[in-house]
Amino acid sequence: MADKKKLVLGVIGADVHAVGNKILNHAFELAGFDVTNLGVMVSQEEYIEAAQETAADAIIVSSLYGHGELDCRGLREKCDEAGLEGILLYVGGNIVVGKQPFCEVEQRFLHMGFDRAFPPGTTPETAISSLRQDLGITD
Amino acid sequence: MQPVLLIDIGSTYTKVLAADMAEPCILGTAAHTTVATDVAIGLEEALLALEAKTGPLSYTARLACSSAAGGLRMVAVGLAPSLTEQAARMACLGAGAKVVRSFAYQLTEEDMAEIAAILPDILLLTGGTDGGNDAVITHNAAMLATCNADFPILLAGNRNATARCRELLKGRTVITTENVMPRLEQLNVAPVQKQVRALFLERIVHAKGLGPVAKQMDGPLIPTPAAVLLATELLAKGTDSQSGFGDLLAIDLGGATTDVYSMARGDPAGGEVVLKGLPEPYAKRTVEGDMGMRYSVSGIVDAVGVPWLSTHSGRSPEQVTAQIAHLAAHPDMLPDTPADLALDQALASAAIMTATRRHAGTTEVVYTIQGPTIAQTGKDLTEVRRLIVTGGAIIHNSGAGQVAKYALFDPKTPQSLRPKTAEIYMDSRYILAAMGLLRQRDPDVALTLMKKELQTLWNCKTNA
Repeated sequence: MADKKKLVLGVIGADVHAVGNKILNHAFELAGFDVTNLGVMVSQEEYIEAAQETAADAIIVSSLYGHGELDCRGLREKCDEAGLEGILLYVGGNIVVGKQPFCEVEQRFLHMGFDRAFPPGTTPETAISSLRQDLGITD
Repeated sequence: MQPVLLIDIGSTYTKVLAADMAEPCILGTAAHTTVATDVAIGLEEALLALEAKTGPLSYTARLACSSAAGGLRMVAVGLAPSLTEQAARMACLGAGAKVVRSFAYQLTEEDMAEIAAILPDILLLTGGTDGGNDAVITHNAAMLATCNADFPILLAGNRNATARCRELLKGRTVITTENVMPRLEQLNVAPVQKQVRALFLERIVHAKGLGPVAKQMDGPLIPTPAAVLLATELLAKGTDSQSGFGDLLAIDLGGATTDVYSMARGDPAGGEVVLKGLPEPYAKRTVEGDMGMRYSVSGIVDAVGVPWLSTHSGRSPEQVTAQIAHLAAHPDMLPDTPADLALDQALASAAIMTATRRHAGTTEVVYTIQGPTIAQTGKDLTEVRRLIVTGGAIIHNSGAGQVAKYALFDPKTPQSLRPKTAEIYMDSRYILAAMGLLRQRDPDVALTLMKKELQTLWNCKTNA
């Protein structure tokens, strides 16, 4: 299958939560995506260079340790500067500190330029079905 | 007796070594300058000097390597700086080339003018993983198609863009091989290196006037650094019948550059370490173009500063500054006073310290919610236990052991992953390149000779 959609996956910032990353990698590959997994402790620059080289269709950012908002700031702008205009940006996990209403959190991340933000406890299937929708995949 | 002749044609000296394969030993070595003479004449003179020592020999084989006429000069082109540009650079260095310049992203008109002026022996064009970005490499191919300078292009990028690039470059010499980075962070340098060796033999040897010499040889002429890589790899790995040294680090401190070779996987020595960046090859070579004892002595000063050199040579900062200007202007100067020797010693120490720091991997402590975590970039060489040093400033230095210790781990800079402790050996007759050539004939003899010839300078087990 030559025209698999390409994803760049990783856990952003000084975050070492590796388990969810491995589960997502596995689930996305099973769902037919070509996954470039950068693992844990990924910087914005690493996502961008990986997406440039692989001509990725989407960057999937995970964050589990509460500092996601700080880590994700400016990623969309950097993508634009790096010639990745319009690339799909997803974020998910425990992306903020404390218990905040997720609709507010979601709005903040959408405002930052993310196409979708997913709350804690989201199943891989939810993300996969969003990807299929956003990337126009039909069977 | 079964003598073989091993020749290293350099830009300043041609070195010859005769070895007996029947009863493994080195029969003799000699050198002759090639600065002002034709390569063939320089070689003839060196052979006469050798024969004066060994008596007439009838060689069963002749093998040669060369770094003459500027060595193998390459330009590397990639996409992202830390990914395909870096992979392309590593591929060139591992093939024994000098990376004169490397470029990332789209080549500009100015870049094209610069490339034409450099006139590389080979240009390596990469970019994109297989099935990844093809826009940048095709743009760069189109730009290169406009270049009138004559050099072969080695195409090793996104395989889905290969046909398009070849079409754009129609009329130029283009050799296609596998992508240097077929998947992200997967390095694939061997196919590029194979093609570089073939191009070197087919085209560059003749372009540099080495054709007549190459014809008399009984094996392919290869770049000298490639021969040193072959030798150090053999020394590390051993053969089927003989064990090698195991993981090792080798340093060649020259007048213009410092070459560093490591033969080690470089996996993290500790437990909880997160690896970052591009994986590096087992046989890794780096060249520091600004770390040389004479031609590039100013680079050493830039790296460590005058106060460091002053402290380590016992000379005043003013004396250091004056002497360094003198050395840069007189690259053939050999130190003869104790004061000049002391400064050369400090310069050699600084060059070795800087070159190994740049070669070895580094760690960074990152504070996470779960406590401090170590992120490692590059190879961890802390467990490497053998160090081999060579080069003019080492060979002719009574304090070579002290100088070589600057390649080791320093508790003041624990983030630099250099060997914690090592047995230090000196290649005092400069045999490594010759042994790399001999490896192609008989690896066991080459290994035996290296083990015999390398002198222990310092042994961590007996001399702490």
